[in-house]
Amino acid sequence: MGYNPDKPMDGRISDLGPPYYEQFHPPVIKENKGKWAWHEIVKPGVLMHKSETGAEVYTVRCGTARLVSVEYIREVCDIADKHCDGYLRFTTRNNLEFMVDDKAKVQPLLDDLASRGNKFPVGGTGAGVTNIVHTQGWVHCHTPATDASGVVKAVMDELFDYFTSMTLPAQCRIALACCLNMCGAVHASDIAILGVHRKPPMIDHSRITGVCELPLAIASCPLGAVKPAKATVEGKEIKTVQVNVERCMFCGNCYTMCPAMPLADPEGDGIAILVGGKVSNSRSMPKFSKLVIPFLPNTTPRWPETVAAIKKILEAYAKGAKKYERLGEWAERIGWEKFFEVCDIPFTEKSIDDYRLAYDTWRTSTQFKYTSHIK
Amino acid sequence: MAKHETPLLDQLESGPWPSFVTDLKRQAEKKPECWDILGQLELSFKDRITHWKHGGIVGVFGYGGGIVGRYSDVPKQFPGVEHFHTVRVAQPASKYYSTKHLRQLMDLWEKHGSGMTNFHGSTGDIILLGTRTEHLEPLFWDLTHDMGQDLGGSGSNLRTPANCLGQSRCEWSCYDTEECCHQLTMKYQDEIHRPAFPYKFKFKFSGCPNDCVAAIARSDVAVIGTWRDNIRIDQAAVKEYIAGNYPSNGGAHSGRDWGKFDIQKEVVDLCPTQCMWMEGGVLKIDDKECTRCMHCINVMPRALRPGVDTGATVCVGAKAPILDGAQFATLIVPFMKVSADDEFAELTEFIEKIWDWWMEVGKNRERVGETMQRVGLPTFLSVMGIEPIPQHVKEPRSNPYVFWRDEEVPGGFERNVEEFRARHAA
Repeated sequence: MGYNPDKPMDGRISDLGPPYYEQFHPPVIKENKGKWAWHEIVKPGVLMHKSETGAEVYTVRCGTARLVSVEYIREVCDIADKHCDGYLRFTTRNNLEFMVDDKAKVQPLLDDLASRGNKFPVGGTGAGVTNIVHTQGWVHCHTPATDASGVVKAVMDELFDYFTSMTLPAQCRIALACCLNMCGAVHASDIAILGVHRKPPMIDHSRITGVCELPLAIASCPLGAVKPAKATVEGKEIKTVQVNVERCMFCGNCYTMCPAMPLADPEGDGIAILVGGKVSNSRSMPKFSKLVIPFLPNTTPRWPETVAAIKKILEAYAKGAKKYERLGEWAERIGWEKFFEVCDIPFTEKSIDDYRLAYDTWRTSTQFKYTSHIK
Repeated sequence: MAKHETPLLDQLESGPWPSFVTDLKRQAEKKPECWDILGQLELSFKDRITHWKHGGIVGVFGYGGGIVGRYSDVPKQFPGVEHFHTVRVAQPASKYYSTKHLRQLMDLWEKHGSGMTNFHGSTGDIILLGTRTEHLEPLFWDLTHDMGQDLGGSGSNLRTPANCLGQSRCEWSCYDTEECCHQLTMKYQDEIHRPAFPYKFKFKFSGCPNDCVAAIARSDVAVIGTWRDNIRIDQAAVKEYIAGNYPSNGGAHSGRDWGKFDIQKEVVDLCPTQCMWMEGGVLKIDDKECTRCMHCINVMPRALRPGVDTGATVCVGAKAPILDGAQFATLIVPFMKVSADDEFAELTEFIEKIWDWWMEVGKNRERVGETMQRVGLPTFLSVMGIEPIPQHVKEPRSNPYVFWRDEEVPGGFERNVEEFRARHAA
């Protein structure tokens, strides 16, 4: 049988949840769960975990585009069937992991992956750049200020050698969110690529009555810039809203609540770069990423300004940081004024916080470095 | 659906990184609606703006989440993506798959959808990207009946929980993250599928303070593995590191010549609490001073391991910036035993206590971290029945604005101004 639209509730099953994970563990994983003793990255993209039982599992990590087709997943399955007894996994950062239980099986797997063009780049381990966590962008989202997959492709093409090698002072986590909603939660990344709007919402008075709960739209603004108003539509007075543009910080929350307040714009929208965040507790506590470049344009199809800015930051970090130092730890050690200087990024008022709790980030000390900013 | 000219997207076919454009074109040979995905995306690249309409409430009967409605704003040009709804499918914990299972899911998606996916969405679900409204019920039927699989969460409900791979392939995991994630996901199916919360709510499970699933940055309840006894030391392995026989940081730095491994410089001096030292070739740790940051363990995985009295630190209230700015999760329970033996009872009781309170006092679209900020951490702790301890703060407050309560001050707040005036002329 199958779904019967005449009796939609007949035989319906719900609340099954996900399938139990254990059935998907490769045998070597199932047998050694909880017994792993240590690991080593044998070479970029290849990890070896050693069990207390003496068993080993070799993991080959590959980058993916995340936006992938049924045909691609079937190819992944072909590879896993051939080399990995029909098992595989994905990582939190959109990498693929093929696991084998014997060192002798690694090279044939690597050779197979290499024979498939650029589809399965091996890397993303250790002190390098791993895959970019990202959102949907123009391929699926209704609120983006930039694309996601296109920007990621352009950036990873340029940083490819950092993906396949381990030459940085520490791992560098890059993430992209295509608007401030941050489905990708990029706010604690070494380098965050963030889609931003710069024009206030327009008000579509002709549609607002039908699609919008006005009190919700008004309440949605964190700065109280959205106010009740009246307008005339086809000779009839209607209730609507107006925006005090001087107070607008372009967060887009009003558009999320009210479809009649679109704010996307080809010239207004683009990318901000934030750096120096981390989630790990290693050495220093988790840190937020800080805004260092307020705006770069959406130059399709390859976002050259964004790619160049990220490369410049990454190279300055690679050159200046000590072993183990994350990007944010390096910036704090040398001082943010020095960070702007060595990265050759113009410092503007846009990097000075003027939102809530802003004072916490202002410098209340006589300690500073004499950089070129001081004339 | 006809093929469209895509000169801008075609430029994303070159370069060493895998190309989603090439992949879309390959899929389009079998699923012609993919030509319209490419066509509309090309138009967005040309116009530099999205061409998806706002909103569209669609779903399957009985569920308030799991499907995200999406419609094209140029459907005449690209009829293949007129409806382009997303289906969030609950992923198995840790994201291991058998090829049999994946192939079956792909067959299903080829039958009912566009043939494009995300492996995975940011929260953790498998994302099936783009289908028409009339396909949703048949897809859900086949997913549940043929595959025993279900939808994930969306909207103001519990979002699909996610975990790091934990003990399945990591020596540092201080509890069984995948079992915990799975059991809680099963326990709270109703909360995942039927929105009853003020806003979204996320759990994430990391096995150690390295926090590979970024729990502390993005989950309302972050369960992060830790221990309360001593770091296990294998002194023989320490000597191997010093001798340069084992690569530092598990080989993570092998791509550059950083010079000979220097345990003083690379481990002891980088310890944030300065609780380690070398004594006659032996590594010493004063574990009472250790804050379990993981640095030394990361650098010498063959010599150092977390202790054996393990559990988790539970932090509450992380979120991305909308609206009041980004928040990390705040430490609430320093150490909690997290075990399948009692079905994670302490953790589930803790979570349900938060929900009971938040569902009552949380405002519409207010994450629990924002509610905590609005009422203050002392109030939240008292609601949770938790004694305030110095571990709850980075430092004590520097302003003196204490909210004393009536019962805390001898005589209370009620006073008689006339009696006061009898003694103190105005």
